[in-house]
Parts: sequence; C-alpha cells; structure tokens
Amino acid sequence: MNNRVFNEWRDVSLDEAMGACLDLTEDHTFPTVARWRDLGGKVVGHFQVYFPEEIVHAAGMLPVKMRGGPVEPTRAEAHFGSYLCSIIKTALEGALSGAIKLDLFVSHPICDAARNLAAIWGRNFDHPCQILYLPQNPNSAHSATYLRGEYDRMRRVVEEVAGRRIEDDDLRRSIAVFNENRRLMRELYDIKRESPWLVRAEEAYALVAVGGMIPREEHNDLLQFVLPQLRARTTKEEDRIRVVFEGGFCEQPPLDMIRMLGRSCYVVDDDLLIGLRWILEDVPTEGDPLLNLARAYIDGSSYSPVQHDLRKPKEKMLLERVAAARADAVIVAAAKMCEPGLEEQVCYTYALDERDIPYFVTEFEENMTSFEHLELQVETFLENLLFA
Amino acid sequence: MVTDTAPTDLVGRGNRDGAQLFRDWFASLTETAEEGGQSAYVFVMGSLNEILTTFDLPVVFPEINSLQTAVRRVAHEYLAEAEDYGYSPDICGYVKADVALQLRGGDHPMGKIPKPSIAVLTNACNTYIKWAEIWERMYKIPVVTIDIPGTREADGQTWSGNADFENDRSYVEAQLRELIPVCEKVTGKRFDIDKLRVVLGHANEMSVGWKRVLDLNKSRPSLFNALTDGTIFLGVANGFRGMPEGSRYFRDLVEEMEYKAAHGIGTLTEEQYRLLFAGVPCYPIFRRFNEMFTDSGGTFINSTYLWFASGGTNRGFEYDLAKPIESLAEGLLISVRDAMDSMFHHDRVLADMIRDYHVDGIIYHPIKSCRTVSTGLADGRRYLAKTHDVPSLFIESDMMDRRVVSEAQMKNRIDAFFEGLASRRRQATNS
Repeated sequence: MNNRVFNEWRDVSLDEAMGACLDLTEDHTFPTVARWRDLGGKVVGHFQVYFPEEIVHAAGMLPVKMRGGPVEPTRAEAHFGSYLCSIIKTALEGALSGAIKLDLFVSHPICDAARNLAAIWGRNFDHPCQILYLPQNPNSAHSATYLRGEYDRMRRVVEEVAGRRIEDDDLRRSIAVFNENRRLMRELYDIKRESPWLVRAEEAYALVAVGGMIPREEHNDLLQFVLPQLRARTTKEEDRIRVVFEGGFCEQPPLDMIRMLGRSCYVVDDDLLIGLRWILEDVPTEGDPLLNLARAYIDGSSYSPVQHDLRKPKEKMLLERVAAARADAVIVAAAKMCEPGLEEQVCYTYALDERDIPYFVTEFEENMTSFEHLELQVETFLENLLFA
Repeated sequence: MVTDTAPTDLVGRGNRDGAQLFRDWFASLTETAEEGGQSAYVFVMGSLNEILTTFDLPVVFPEINSLQTAVRRVAHEYLAEAEDYGYSPDICGYVKADVALQLRGGDHPMGKIPKPSIAVLTNACNTYIKWAEIWERMYKIPVVTIDIPGTREADGQTWSGNADFENDRSYVEAQLRELIPVCEKVTGKRFDIDKLRVVLGHANEMSVGWKRVLDLNKSRPSLFNALTDGTIFLGVANGFRGMPEGSRYFRDLVEEMEYKAAHGIGTLTEEQYRLLFAGVPCYPIFRRFNEMFTDSGGTFINSTYLWFASGGTNRGFEYDLAKPIESLAEGLLISVRDAMDSMFHHDRVLADMIRDYHVDGIIYHPIKSCRTVSTGLADGRRYLAKTHDVPSLFIESDMMDRRVVSEAQMKNRIDAFFEGLASRRRQATNS
C-alpha cells in the first residue's frame, strides 16, 4: 500500500517535479495533510519559527509548519484588531475555514503578537493548544537543562495526543531522519551559494517549503531525486548581482515576490523558512536524545530577530551570511507590522552602511498581489550596482 | 481598620504622596545623571528591583519615562526623532521615545535620565528584548535577560511540587544566581544576602498592600479610579519596590482605602456604572480619556493593566526570607507568569473581576504600540460575550502616538456605549 502523501514529483522530469513542488507550496488547502489524515494519521501544527519536529515525528504524527499564506482572512479578521501582521490571521484562517485540521497546535513566544496565539486558538478549538517555551536566555548555563525538561514536557503532551509512548529510540530514529533532511537542505543552499543559476529562487524556496507539509522521509526522497539533477543542469551563469534576502524568518513573502526577485538577481542566501533549517549540524543520535536536541537548538543553530543570544548579534550574523555567500548586496525586508523584523532593519542598515555594502529596504505582506512598483525599484537598485 | 487620622489628611493622601515620591525619584535620577552615576535599566514586568536595590543601583524604567512624554504631550517630538533615525511608525512608541531620549543625552520633561550601567529584563514582553538590544549596541553594557516561562495553555499553570514547575523555577533561580556576579562586577560591591532579606521584606509588605488595595475596590462606591489613581499607585509600586518608602506608601494607602470604604467615600459623587479596563491607557489624552467615562457616571474599578504592569504584584506573593534566592525565583516565576496571564488569558481575569466587582461594562482599549497586550483582546471579547452578559466597548488608539488617537470618534462611541448601558438598565428596571 502506498502511504505516501506527495507523489506528484515521482516519475516525471525535473521541471515537472519542480512544478509540482511550486503547486503544493501555493495550495493553501493543504492536500498532503488531508491525505495524511485520510490514511488515519494525526497532525500537529506548529507556528513559526522553530519547533523540534522530531518529537512529533517519533510519535508517528505529521508535524506541519503553520506559515500562513496569501488567503483572505475573512473568518479570522474578527478575532483580531488592527496593526497586526498578516500571518497570525491567515494561520488561524486556515484552521477556522477547515482547510487544515489539527490534533494539536503549538506556538512559541517569538514575538508579542504570536505569543497570544495559543490562548486565541485555545478559545476557538477543542484540540489542545500549547506554547513551547524555547529559552530566550540561551546564554544561561542552565538553558540546555531547562530546555531538555521543556522538551520532555512536550513529549508527554504529544504522547497524550498520539495515544502512544515515545521511547528514546523512537526519538533517535527521528533525529537520524531529520539529520539527513537538514544535510540535504544544506546541500540545496550550497547550490544556491555556489551556482545560483542552477536553481531559481522560487524553486529553492518551494523545495524547502514542501518539507513542512509532508513526512520528512518523503522530503528526503524528493531532495535526493532533485539535487543531483539540479547540479546537472546546463543553465549558463549570467552577469547578475548576488543578493542575500533577509526578513523571511516568520511571515513569508508571496511566491510571486520571490519569483520576481529571482528574475532580477541571484538570491544566493536568505532566511526564508529558517526554522526548518535552524539546526546547522547533525544532532547526535547517541545519548539522551532530548538533551541533544536542546543543545543543538542552543549551541548549533542559526539566528533570527526573535532569538536573543549574546553570542549572535544579528548584524554580525547577517554580515557573516553575506560574506559566506559572497553577496554583493542585501535586500533588508520585513513583513508589514512585524515588530522584530522592523526593529532589526535599523541595526542591519547601520551595520551595512559601516561596511559599504549596498542594501535595499522594503516591506512585504503575504497577501500582496501586485509587484510592478517593487520590481521597478529593485531593478533600479540592482542596475545602479551593475553599472556602477 | 478605621483610624483616628483626620479625613482631610487621609483622603487623597495616596495621590499626593505618590506624586511627591515620583517627583523625588526623577530628581534623584537627574542628580545621578549629572554626577555620571550608575543606573540599571529595567522594565515593569519583572524589574528585579529586589536584586538591584541590594546593590544600591538606581533603577530607571524606560516605559515610565516614555509614557511621561505622552502625558506631558511631547511624545510626538520624541517619536519623530526616532523615526528619522530609522525606526518604523509601526513599532512600539515606548521604544521610539526612549531611543530619542538616548539620542538627546537623557533629556526628559521631568529631568535628566542617567545612562545605563546594566540592563536587566524579562521575556514578559518580547519588545523588552529587542529594546535592550538597542542599549547593548549604544552603550556596550551588560544586558541580562531573565527568561521566565509562562503558562503553556489556558488554566494550565503548575505549582510548587510539580516537576514542570520545578523545571521552570530552577531555570529562573539559575539565572538569578548568574545575575548576581554581573551586578558585583558592574558595581564593584559584594553581594549581601542579609541586605537582600531586608529588601525582600519591604517587597513583601508592598505586595500584600497592593493586593489589599485592589481587593478594597470591590467597595460600592469604588474607592479609587483604576485608570487614573491606579496609575499613580503603579508608579510607586514599580519605582519603589523593595524600598522602605514603597512599603510605607502602601501601608498608608491601605489605611486610606480602608477609611474610605468604612465611610462610603467614593471617587464620584454618584457612581452609576462600574467599569473594567482591558489594555493600556491612552496617555496622549490621559485625563480627557478618563473624563469621557466619568462625565457619564462611569468609573474604572479594576483593570488588567493594574495586574500586568505591576509585574503580577496583584498576587500578593510573599518571599520566604529564610530562602531568599530560591523564594525570589519562585515569586518571580509566579508573579511574572501571572502578569503574562492577565494579558494573554485576560478573558479569565475579567471573568473573575465580573464575578467579584459588580461590573456594568468592560472597555477594551487595544493600541497600536503594544501587540503583547492588544493582539488577543478582540478574540477574548468574543469569547467573554458568549459566556457573560456584560456589555463591552472596543476602541483602538495608542498609548503614545497621537496620530492614531481620534478623540471625537472615540467620544461618539463612548457616548453611544453609555446610552446602551442606560437603556439596558431601564429595561432591567421595567421588566
């Protein structure tokens, strides 16, 4: 019996497989999640940015990244006031409309708006709605021990929803699956940095995004199929500006915006869906799996405006990203009404000014549909660099 | 307890003494700034005054500095300066007013604010964290985040004896123990645990007093206006926590409120409608905003603001002086968690207040500047409307930015709300 939920990329050409990934990314009816449920599976939705999906995977459930989308929040709008980002509304809209059905929802206190979500969801749904308190003081010597305890609490919550125990060996097997997944995504980003002409910006984005909607074993199969073929593409390098896109750690820009950027420049690195790529190295599969996951979160992870870590000043991290990607310029973006993103724009631009690195500041919203004006601005910015 | 103190001295003493303490506090900060002395920047939800006072570090509350610029009607100048510097119009006005204050070298309408030697913050508001990062960049000072895990789901609080509670408490305790050597290094002073005990004793007295004052406002008529008088009390509760002046103030305040309760002395000549307030006050038109309600016989008898902006002091947690650090960790966890609950699970808090305070209506005031408080208000209102038959009004504006405060529109809606309350009362009388 075929228990897979995403078959559209199999037995087709690379371009058709990419098309299937793009279609799935833009399909906000979550067909793969529905298929999983039809097969009798349970679903855990987790809000941005990072969630230790291994715990859910080890219980045999499907972890789904709740990343909002370009939908009209007609039902959710009444649950919120003004001056708020779009993703917190559209994520709720997906659940209120029935587009996605969950057995457990988990959010994190990443920002002032999102930390309200568990309470809001809890008032509107019968399934459990939880906060996972990832440490905001990773510099404390006690933070890994605390997080290990918090992960253990989450394990018990998940066990109750799954109706089964999660043994340490289950977790170790899941960690191995996710290690392979992270290795493959790192390889995808290596291609973006080394030969960005081989993979379009929107293709790379979709290849990561579908990972948040299908079992990770399937995602591994997909990446193992796609990556060698991307490397084998014969697309020629063009004279384009190499750009880092910063500002996609939570609310995601519309795929058409990413597509537009990809038409104008090479997006050689970004923080889009950084939560799925948060852990930078393999998590050990020996020893205490929860402690290993906790240590990886604290000591072996990327950065974002919503994690405070004295070791990782954001402007320093951005400059390192720019250097590692040999980028010529930065697009410093922020989702509209995203307080952490908007605040970070200030320190980013001052740091970039100090280093004479060109940048373009913009805001986006997932519901944007018109990009002509933005495209004109971006092209003008890039032309100025190209012909400087 | 009714005292023999003459009422002319007693009634209104809390407001008079509070205002004087506030002036004294800012005068002392000005002196510190002019002498180039040290200070600790802290926030109202988990100020850690207990530790910092033990090191004789004057505390600066940038939130209070910022709101004072709005009350004194100069906030727009500060906001414009920070926006020129690069900060978006869509971020917290408190942050922007403080950025401008720092750019002005500490110049403030109430005096001069010293530069920070250390910043101590909790995660009770995520903007605290982003805000402190700004000082970190500006002054290269130690920034210590005390991470306090909150409630994981509605009604899911754990307590002493529970393994998950112990995981949280030991995390908070470890961070407090890590804070102490940082303070020693900054001040050059050795930590004195006996001095901490004295400070905790003062904090205990204040906590008991704060809880008692809130409870006393169940009286009819109400004894103080939670929006206006309450903000004065809050200022003292924050600025003088762990200090003898603070504990004395609240001892006196309890005495005053008990006297008023015993003699039926309220805030209005004729209290017609008892209101709850959910959100943050409209500081750009602070007095006028309140008058829009009092003019129609409405008074605010309690608010979520008095809970969360006191850092959960409303719980009345008392530290065990025999185990000062362990108990401070437990108290901080329970109190700050409670402050967060009164923002995120405000529906529970308001439901309890409805039960205990004879409430006629609820005013929700979400603001552009504060998503922590405002994001869940509309949903909580919907939820409460299904479970409780209490009318409510939802008005959006800001605590700092007068550009989004539409006074005329606000007044229209408030007047209509009172007409609805009056009509409802007539119907109830006639039926």
